[in-house]
Amino acid sequence: MAEPSLDIRQPLLDSLLAGLIALVVFGPIVGVVLDGYSFHLESSRVAWIVGAVMLGRFLLSLFLHSAGGRGWLQRLEGGGAGVQVLPPEHRSHLRWLLPLVLLAAVVFPFFAGKYLLTVVILGLIYVLLGLGLNIVVGLAGLLDLGYVAFYAIGAYGLALGYEYLGLGFWSVLPLAALMAALAGALLGFPVLRMHGDYLAIVTLGFGEIIRLVLNNWLSFTGGPNGMSVPAPTFLGLEFGRRARDGGVPFHEFFGIAYNPNLKFLFIYVVLLLTVLLVLYVKGRLVRMPIGRAWEALREDEIACRAMGLNHVLVKLSAFMLGASTAGLAGVFFASYQGFVNPTSFTFFESALILAIVVLGGMGSTLGVVLAAFMLTVAPELLRSFADYRVLLFGMLMVLMMIWRPRGLIRISRRGFARRPGVAP
Amino acid sequence: MSDGEILRVERLSMRFGGIRALHDVSLGVKCHSITALIGPNGAGKTTLFNCLTGFYRASGGRILFEARGRSTDVLQVLGGPFRAGDFLSPRRFASRLWYKLFGGTHLVNRAGLARTFQNIRLFREMSVLENLLVAQHLWVERGLLAGILNTRGFRRAEEQALEHAFYWLEAVDLVDCANRLAGELSYGQQRRLEIARAMCTRPQLLCLDEPAAGLNPAETAALSRIIRTLRDAHEVTVLLIEHDMGLVMGISDHILVLDHGELIAEGPPAAIRHDPKVIAAYLGADEEELA
Repeated sequence: MAEPSLDIRQPLLDSLLAGLIALVVFGPIVGVVLDGYSFHLESSRVAWIVGAVMLGRFLLSLFLHSAGGRGWLQRLEGGGAGVQVLPPEHRSHLRWLLPLVLLAAVVFPFFAGKYLLTVVILGLIYVLLGLGLNIVVGLAGLLDLGYVAFYAIGAYGLALGYEYLGLGFWSVLPLAALMAALAGALLGFPVLRMHGDYLAIVTLGFGEIIRLVLNNWLSFTGGPNGMSVPAPTFLGLEFGRRARDGGVPFHEFFGIAYNPNLKFLFIYVVLLLTVLLVLYVKGRLVRMPIGRAWEALREDEIACRAMGLNHVLVKLSAFMLGASTAGLAGVFFASYQGFVNPTSFTFFESALILAIVVLGGMGSTLGVVLAAFMLTVAPELLRSFADYRVLLFGMLMVLMMIWRPRGLIRISRRGFARRPGVAP
Repeated sequence: MSDGEILRVERLSMRFGGIRALHDVSLGVKCHSITALIGPNGAGKTTLFNCLTGFYRASGGRILFEARGRSTDVLQVLGGPFRAGDFLSPRRFASRLWYKLFGGTHLVNRAGLARTFQNIRLFREMSVLENLLVAQHLWVERGLLAGILNTRGFRRAEEQALEHAFYWLEAVDLVDCANRLAGELSYGQQRRLEIARAMCTRPQLLCLDEPAAGLNPAETAALSRIIRTLRDAHEVTVLLIEHDMGLVMGISDHILVLDHGELIAEGPPAAIRHDPKVIAAYLGADEEELA
């Protein structure tokens, strides 16, 4: 800048303009109060509001014109723009945070009530869903709008498996992952030769088909009435006050006092372990050939084929792994609710999971975890705004697309130390 | 296939609807040679390239590729349409079906043929090294379990892949850019990286599509040195499309000239330089002059 001193004119102008707009917007609404058939003017209220707006705009403008503000603005605009490669010896400054978060996760259930526990369980379920979809959308670049179908397969897998085959939580958990992966493969193999928009439409259709089948096959799935889901057990021990068929419930076996939250505590613990496992696997996958192949496919499919990669199989593996994660999440969701019905698996759910991935940043693990909690826990905290939830999502998305199109967390790639050269 | 040829093309034709892009092109590429494919704009050079590398399925003819100790029929591995004979022999039917399901361009690369692109196609948001690691997909440990458990075999395979990547980075003089994003590199560096990436798939025939386009004279000179090294030190056969006549005449052993989808001349640079047909194709000529 040519002048080091603060330019005061521009903030004043900004403030005046904002004041005018505030006058136009608030004047008629706040200033004119109907009183029977006549009205009276409340000019002092308008003056307060306009004054507050002008002051706020002035301060904001002043800050943005100062050196600190300019730097902040530049970081906001430039920071989200790209991907960075970390130096090989890079260690994150936030390393100390990880054990702290783990400790909090372990300590948390001792202090939490049932309500808080269920909210966090829901948050963790969406973390799982977000991580799964992140593989498909974020890493492999395949837009999947019917992701909720695999979630439904997991949830209904547990309900139907119990109803018709007598399977429990533990046997369905791996089976649901397999079934969802299989469904992903069945859907994927014919359609993964398409790209972009076509794939999005086909997956959208698939999601709706699954939901409609669940909704309409009354004799098998119970239709809109849904199905009940058994509570999970630990080594055959039930978490209720009384066990069925003369069994011994969990609290009696271990000689502890009965706690009605035990079922949720148990789900929380298993879910937390599963999320940690998935996080670890995800962290490994991006460092493995398959993860690199997914990202390469997202960047340029034609070049991938020229490198000898079978693009259909690479896409299929991303699709299957993503689907199996959703299957796991579905099992947890079903046993957490104790009941499933098709209304839990609408398109809105798919959109919500996609929003988590977009908000968190395509391909960023930490971002997805944060975004999943933001989008599931925030609506719980802001119950009174429940009607505006979707509106808020929309606004958040627009703001994100303007300032942080690449997601909350900047994506960084791993650097490699230089190997001793063997120059030709 | 005659002796010493790595690639044999017989009566290749390619149509796009009513347009005849290639017509009865027959050619051979000798092992360990540098062969250039030249011709005026729109002559069908890139179409021929795309047919050879399996990006287009040629409408007729035959492409035989002999590398890594076996012979590959490019049109077959792309999964051509069913023929009447397929339904009589179960073996032929099974192989046709297999290639239909799992065949494709990637099999041409796996047979030992790598290519670069006229408009550079790097994985722009991945680091330079990762670009080279992706190219070695078939030479690393791809097992899911081995990777997730980070076994010793997995780490060793990754280490070898990294060393191979650094080897090629040095060969094209890009070691300092190893940890930068591929999309950030300058144009000339991107061209060199593309060659290194193609070489990381360990090919025996390297097809370069206008490698010198957009390079300055110094970079072009460096490029011709690299291409020569590829042939001399790595026993790679190079087939290139190029408009820079200085480069073509300087490095190639054999030149093929394409015009209007037909091969009009072939031979060593000295012969091509004075061939009246080639001069006519490039500069234009009257009908009677040619006759």
